[in-house]
Amino acid sequence: MQSFELTAPTTVDDALAGAGTFLAGGTTLVDLMKLDVLTPRHVQDINAVPLRGIDTTDGLRLGALERMSDVARHPGVYPMISRALLQSASQQLRNMASMGGNLLQRTRCTYFRDVSMPCNRRVPGSGCPARSGAGRMHAVLGTSEACVATHPSDVAVALVALDAQVSLADAAGTRTVPLLDFYRLPGDTPHVENDLRPGELITEIVVPRLDWAANSTYVKVRDRQSYEFALCSAAVALDVRDARVVDARVAVGGVATVPWRLTAVEEALRGAPVTEEAFQEAAGVAAEGATPLSANGFKVPLLRRTVVRALCELTQDEPSGSRG
Amino acid sequence: MIIRFPVYGLTSQHPPMPHHRLGGHAARKRIPVDISLEVNGRTENLDVEPGVTLLDALRERLDVTGPKKGCDRGQCGACTVHVGGRPVLSCLTLVATVREPVTTVDGLATGDALHPVQQAFVDQDALQCGFCTSGQIMSAVAAVEQDVDDVREFMSGNLCRCSAYPNIVAAIEQVRRADAVV
Repeated sequence: MQSFELTAPTTVDDALAGAGTFLAGGTTLVDLMKLDVLTPRHVQDINAVPLRGIDTTDGLRLGALERMSDVARHPGVYPMISRALLQSASQQLRNMASMGGNLLQRTRCTYFRDVSMPCNRRVPGSGCPARSGAGRMHAVLGTSEACVATHPSDVAVALVALDAQVSLADAAGTRTVPLLDFYRLPGDTPHVENDLRPGELITEIVVPRLDWAANSTYVKVRDRQSYEFALCSAAVALDVRDARVVDARVAVGGVATVPWRLTAVEEALRGAPVTEEAFQEAAGVAAEGATPLSANGFKVPLLRRTVVRALCELTQDEPSGSRG
Repeated sequence: MIIRFPVYGLTSQHPPMPHHRLGGHAARKRIPVDISLEVNGRTENLDVEPGVTLLDALRERLDVTGPKKGCDRGQCGACTVHVGGRPVLSCLTLVATVREPVTTVDGLATGDALHPVQQAFVDQDALQCGFCTSGQIMSAVAAVEQDVDDVREFMSGNLCRCSAYPNIVAAIEQVRRADAVV
C-alpha cells in the first residue's frame, strides 16, 4: 500500500472543504489500496460525519453512512432492498460497508483488480483483456469495445427499480440525481463510472414512496449459495389486482455494466395475467440488445429465467391476490 | 520475548515496494498518526502509519495474535474481530479509523473459564487445523447473540479449508439449545 495522509472531518462542510478520497466502510477502498489499484495521497475518514439515519415516514431516506446490515434489518425497508442487502457479501462486510460506498463499489473484473494487466477502466487506453480472456463473469448488456465489466452492487439494482435518487454535495452546493442516470455506460470512457464530480459526496439515498413495493423481492443466482457476486440477479415488484398485473418494476444485476432497468419487461407485464406463461412471454424481451462474449453466452437465457423465477416466487403465495 | 513468525504478503510496516511495481510513483513521505483504542478491555496508545490495518496493529504491535491473517483481502474471515460488538474484518479496517472497543477471541474467556461458544467448539470438535477457528468463533458469538434464522448463511463469510462446517454449525446449535433451556 502506498503511504497517504489521513484526516478525519466531523462535519459535512469540513469533509467537503478537505481534499482527498473519502473513506467510509473501506471494504472496497482499503482492498483496492492494498492491491495498488487505488493510490490516493490523501484519505478523509468520514465515519464521524453525521450522515446516518433511516427514515421510512414517506418512502425511504437513507443516510449515506448507514451500514448495509442496519438497513437490511430495518422493518420499514422495502423487501427487495432488504433481500438484496442480505444476499450481498458476508455479515462481517455488511457490518462495515456503507450504503453510499456500496453504490460506488468498483467492479470485480479480475483484470481491473490486477495492476500487472491492461484495463481501460483503470488505465484509460491500455486495452481490455476480458473481451478475449476470462469473460465468464462479464456483462452482456451495456458493454462497449473498451469495457465489459459488470457493476457488482446488489442493492443498487433494487434501488434503480424503485426510482431511487442520490443526494450529492460539494463545496459549491447540493443536487439530486436519479440513480439510474448517476451511473454511466462505459462507452469510450469506462474510467468515468458515474456522475460524481471531484470532491463530491453522496449524502443521502432517497426512495420515493411506492406502497405496492411491499410486494417485491430480489433473486440472486450465483456460483455458490452464499457470499458470492451475482451471475444474474433480478429485483421485481408487482402491483397485482384480480390476478392481473397492474404495474411492475423490474431491474437486473450481474449481467450489465450498470444496474439495469428493464422497462420493456415492465411494459409487457402491465395487464398480463399472473401466470408463469405470461411471465415467460414478458421476460422474452429482457435480453434485447445483449452482446455476449464467447464465455458468457449462458447469461442471456439465465437473465430471462432469473426474471421469470423472481416473478413466480413473488406471486406463488397469492395466485389470485388482491394486494395493492 | 516475543517471537514473530513471518506472514505471507507484505504488511504495511515493510519498506515500500520498488517503484517499478507501483507504476512509477515516487516514494511518499510517511505520516504517522497517534491513536488510542480499547482492545479486550485495555486502552492502548500507538503511533501508526495511516495504512496500518487493525489486524496488523493487533498482531504486530499489540501482540494480540488470536485474529489470524489468512487472505489479508477480506475474503476468508480468519481475521474477524468485534468492533463495537459487531463482527468486522480486521484486515480491511484501518486501525486509525477504529472508534469503538475491539474484542478479539483472546478477550472472550473469563480467566480459565471458556466462553460458551469456545467450549461448544471443543465439545463438538468444530475444527481440524484451527487456523480459521478464532474468526469462526467471533462470528459464532454474534450468531448466538443475534439469534439468527439461518446459521449457515450467517457463517458463510468464514471459510474453513478443513471443511469442519457441520461441526461448526453443531457448536452454534449447542449454545443456542443451552440458551433456550435457560
